[in-house]
Amino acid sequence: MRGYLARKTLVYSLTFVVAVTLNWLIPRLMPGDPVQRMVARAAVQHPETIASMTDYYERTFGLDLPVWQQYLNYWAALFRGDLGTSVWLFPAPVSEVVLDAVPYTLGIMIPAILLSWVVGNSVGAMAARSRWLDNVALPIGYLITAMPYMWLAILLAWGFGVALGWFPVAGGYDFGLVPQWSWSFALDLLQHWVLPFLSLFLVALGGWAIGMRNLIIYELESDYSNYLAALGAPKRLIRKYAFRNAMLPQITGLALQLGTILGGALVTEIVFAYPGLGKLVLSAIQNQDFFLLQGTLLFVVIGVLLANFVIDIVYVLVDPRTRTGLTGATA
Amino acid sequence: MTATQPTAAPGTEAGEQPAVTGPAVSGGRKAQGDVRETLYFALRNPKVLIGLVVVLGFLLLGLLGPLFLRHAPMDYAGPPMAPPSADFPFGTTTFGQDVFAQFVAGLRSTFLVGLLGGGVAAVIGMTIGFVAGYRGGLIDELLNMLTNVVLVIPGFVVLIIINAYLGVRSVPMQALYIGIFTWPWVARAVRSQTLSLRSRDFIDLARLSGVGVGTILRREVAPNMYSYLFMTFVLLFGGSILTAASLDFIGLGPTNAMSLGLMMNQAVQWSALHLGLWWWFIPPGLGITLIVGSLYIMNVGLDEVFNPKLREM
Repeated sequence: MRGYLARKTLVYSLTFVVAVTLNWLIPRLMPGDPVQRMVARAAVQHPETIASMTDYYERTFGLDLPVWQQYLNYWAALFRGDLGTSVWLFPAPVSEVVLDAVPYTLGIMIPAILLSWVVGNSVGAMAARSRWLDNVALPIGYLITAMPYMWLAILLAWGFGVALGWFPVAGGYDFGLVPQWSWSFALDLLQHWVLPFLSLFLVALGGWAIGMRNLIIYELESDYSNYLAALGAPKRLIRKYAFRNAMLPQITGLALQLGTILGGALVTEIVFAYPGLGKLVLSAIQNQDFFLLQGTLLFVVIGVLLANFVIDIVYVLVDPRTRTGLTGATA
Repeated sequence: MTATQPTAAPGTEAGEQPAVTGPAVSGGRKAQGDVRETLYFALRNPKVLIGLVVVLGFLLLGLLGPLFLRHAPMDYAGPPMAPPSADFPFGTTTFGQDVFAQFVAGLRSTFLVGLLGGGVAAVIGMTIGFVAGYRGGLIDELLNMLTNVVLVIPGFVVLIIINAYLGVRSVPMQALYIGIFTWPWVARAVRSQTLSLRSRDFIDLARLSGVGVGTILRREVAPNMYSYLFMTFVLLFGGSILTAASLDFIGLGPTNAMSLGLMMNQAVQWSALHLGLWWWFIPPGLGITLIVGSLYIMNVGLDEVFNPKLREM
């Protein structure tokens, strides 16, 4: 178990370094000069002003230093929790802007991920059991997984929001309200939450159901199932064992899917103008605020790494083989 | 990138032998007759047929459609906000652009992204998987580490950053970047299958005859997994399309072409939802869903074709 966790920790630390380095490197590799662009945005004509502005920006962003020092400074700033200053919401620090948006994203993501995983797995297990359900659930499952996240979001917003008028289609709470601790505000928050949650939940659902169905069918063909059946064990018991064995790959699958679901959450938020990280990313892109964009995304990467680590620990609890040092999950 | 990796993938993650391995590995060398047999069963499998017909139908529409259209996708061709009619089968946008022309042009980008993005990911993933699985030792360790690192990094996030910095974006470049970040699960699956093939007698025989590693991988290992590799490519194809659609929707789509994701982006941006212009945002999403869904269903059918145990006949 210690070896397993040590290997995982090594992989995650390495990934973290690579991700941060990529984040630092990409802007410097890309064509175009961000400082020039920012100066151009200010639309000043006076050459002396332009010179002093360029100078100021280069010093502020530390671009006048040697490259290796810029890289080290980047790390130092990161460990101080300093992700830079937002240009769009100047002078708010990026970390503050990001932290304001995070609860909304987590609020739709965590319930959607957990619920879709639980419900999807049980539907899949049931589908593997009945031919009738399988013939209905399988094609629907494949179509749902094939849906682009934002399209389902658009459909829900249009159907339940605009056409039927059951739910609001934009924002995290009514624009006329001020965030506060009250029942009416909580209710309003909930109303705005339903549709983004639902669309994220539905798209993720299909994949889990299909995965579980395939795994159960595979497990039911395996030697231990046949052996149990030959011994005359009740079908229920065999299914139970098959389900438990099929759970393991689904837990690993959850870790692997996090990135995709996160991408889905970002675009879903954009459809509903939900004030989470997705909307932040959109605003950052539209306003060419690269500090905000990179800060947000770095935050997201760290979140995914942490979540992966949590899932690995859960895996240790669920799969005894990782504890005894036998082969279990590969690193 | 999607939740539906091939049946083999989840099993492989846990270090167990996946279900799909059976037919692919036990097949031995495919002779001419086998190909004919595969085709025979493939063309009689309803899932494969339906999937193939839908995908090829959209492909033909994308390839031939623009030849018969009178308007370019971005032209202000007709009255604004017109519902579907004989002149404009999918209606027009707020600016009077022909939605059908946009849709057909978008189909081209969609297939291009799928083909290129899926192709790049397949080549990288398979190469790394073959080499890691066959060579073993330190090379395997290093490649495995690389695979795991790229696997955990949320590729979509990196794609956002890269595309945000690119001033001019084209469909092939977008596909290339998508390919660079979606190969890891392929590498893993191919590696585990190669591992199980490595110790077979016919591989030993080939090694004894003195041919190089590249030749062994190409002529002895890969042919035994063709069915699996093909199904992997189909999934990568669909995954690339979905990733590209999300990028386009955020506003990081191609700057010099039309795409289905870009159509949805514009529809939402110009409040098609509130104006009730359903003909603007339904077709692009439906197109993607049908193409990718058909690919998935086709893969289920192919699984049955390649794996006689699953056949219902």
